[in-house]
Amino acid sequence: MLQVNDIIHLAVTGLAQGCAYGLIALGFVLIYKATEVVNFAHGEFMMLGAFAVLAFSEALGGSFWPAFVLGCLSIGVVGYLIDAQIMRRIIGQSSASIFILTVAFGFIFRSLAGMIWGWQTLSLNTPFDGKVVIAEGLSISHDRIAIVAATAILCGVLYLFFSRTRFGVAMQAASQNQLAAFYMGIPVKRLVSVTWAIGAMIAAAAGALLAPVTQIDTTIGFLGIKALAGAIVGGFGSIPGALLGCLLIGIIEPFADFYFPAIKGVSAYVVMLLVLFVKPEGLISQTFQKKV
Amino acid sequence: MQVLFKTRYEDDIHFLAKTGEKIRVGLVVLLLIAAPLFLQNYYLAELGLMLVYAIAGIGLMILTGHTGQVSFGHAAFLAIGAYCHSILISHGVPFSVSVVLTVTLSGVIGMLLGRSASKMHGFYLAIATLAFLILVETFLGEWEAVTGGHAGFKVPALKLFGIPLKAMWQQYYLDLFFVFVVVLGAANLFRTPTGRSFLAVRDSELSARSLGVSVEWVKIQSFGVSAAITGLAGVLLAHHLSYLSPEVFGVLESLKLMLMIVVGGLGSILGAIFGAILISLLPIAISFLRDVLPPAVGQQAGLEPLLFGLIIVVFIVFEPQGIYGRWMKIRFFFETFPYYRKSSFVRQKSYLKTERMR
Repeated sequence: MLQVNDIIHLAVTGLAQGCAYGLIALGFVLIYKATEVVNFAHGEFMMLGAFAVLAFSEALGGSFWPAFVLGCLSIGVVGYLIDAQIMRRIIGQSSASIFILTVAFGFIFRSLAGMIWGWQTLSLNTPFDGKVVIAEGLSISHDRIAIVAATAILCGVLYLFFSRTRFGVAMQAASQNQLAAFYMGIPVKRLVSVTWAIGAMIAAAAGALLAPVTQIDTTIGFLGIKALAGAIVGGFGSIPGALLGCLLIGIIEPFADFYFPAIKGVSAYVVMLLVLFVKPEGLISQTFQKKV
Repeated sequence: MQVLFKTRYEDDIHFLAKTGEKIRVGLVVLLLIAAPLFLQNYYLAELGLMLVYAIAGIGLMILTGHTGQVSFGHAAFLAIGAYCHSILISHGVPFSVSVVLTVTLSGVIGMLLGRSASKMHGFYLAIATLAFLILVETFLGEWEAVTGGHAGFKVPALKLFGIPLKAMWQQYYLDLFFVFVVVLGAANLFRTPTGRSFLAVRDSELSARSLGVSVEWVKIQSFGVSAAITGLAGVLLAHHLSYLSPEVFGVLESLKLMLMIVVGGLGSILGAIFGAILISLLPIAISFLRDVLPPAVGQQAGLEPLLFGLIIVVFIVFEPQGIYGRWMKIRFFFETFPYYRKSSFVRQKSYLKTERMR
């Protein structure tokens, strides 16, 4: 049986994991809202981000923060180029081909990362290696607190960005109606590319912050699929919904792993399928059925 | 340019209207039937595997190419087909009965998935099928008592009506038989109201619904047919692999199926066959590349998925119609020679289609 301490420990671990999923999902949802493209390669952006931060921190002699900034920026550039060079050309093709394209990107990134950095597991030194002891036998490590804090901070920053800055409002306009935004003189193409860059940067930040928890190897990109599952549980159309879904998935996961060890690691998908059976649009939906 | 002059009503329903098509298809069929005469066992096995993948490709093509429903989970149906069939025949069920049972089971599971998927659209469906694949893979690995888990499951030897089929050519003919059945069946399907309603749903759910097509039921049917055909491919694949393990039917296998139909050309049965040919030639190309490329790239483990990904990207960006589209253009060039213009196949300008309002 679970003791109270264990329950709190599992819940806190789950909360941190859920926040990590939420960070990744934030990028998904931003890109989806701007372009209606679901980027199945988002987990791979996260993986590339972790590797890039690792590479920069080795090049800079182990200092974390400059490497963190450089790594995120470089993945942002990758995201920008992906949109400007490739995704822009295939607007209007069937959604099936677009999904397949992003999945293919995922495979390409994973292979490239494996070729460049090797297939073995690496670890990244971060400043978050301490622990906070709350009570007897109950402690929370700094890296998990960092993830929760980063999620909160990024959400706040993004909220301010989208509601207060000219650029952010223009992005909202472009995401609601591209054509109308274009007529109003908003450079829609560039905005969409910048949205990709922001999404990729958030993913890279998530990758670097998650590195102490998951270690770094080429398969951590699959967390992206779990984040996607979380976002779907909550409802893809809205950022609060997606975050809520990710938190839910993150908290359910450790308990499900404990009680049903047979489905260890896949409980997120079970939850997602169950939610989709009951409410195909997620818990908070934003799609409207067109009346004929 | 050849002008079709129809003199009988039957001319309207022939699969192959033009003389050139009849000659080409006839030649290919003859070559396939005569293949065991001049091919060695190794190449015959490769050709058989290609036929199996063609069946799986047609299965996915009906769902994704013709009904417009993306499924990243079709390797799961291959797995269900392969495992169910192997388990049945290892318990002494005859081949013919086992095939019927397996295809039915696969179809029913497909319809159940389709039932739950009929309300979803777009990427919800893609991710749900992906999750389904991951669950099936986990399930096959965990249920060790029946599936042998990750240790693997040995497929019993092939027996048809009590006669053991040991030689490769016998197995090859079995594959060929099923390919003919599936190709004819699929081609016929798209001349029936059911098949036509598949196409209607792909092109516009809204207009299909307005015309009285029950979109949900069409999706369920399409999932069922597609899963049944893919399950059949799984049955035949089991005999080619002769040793099953859950990892074989992972996400990479699904990507392979996707690559087949995207590169072959979405929305045509011929495309699935082109895709299958490409898939079976790829390993040869990869082993060639491994020798040619510098060892830093060529000897890497990730070369195969990298190439798969690159091919998909190149085709989707530059030739969305796939090999089939390219083939149509070449044929059009020769048929209308010298009237082919550069603008004959210029892509229409297309805009973002929103899914938020359906």
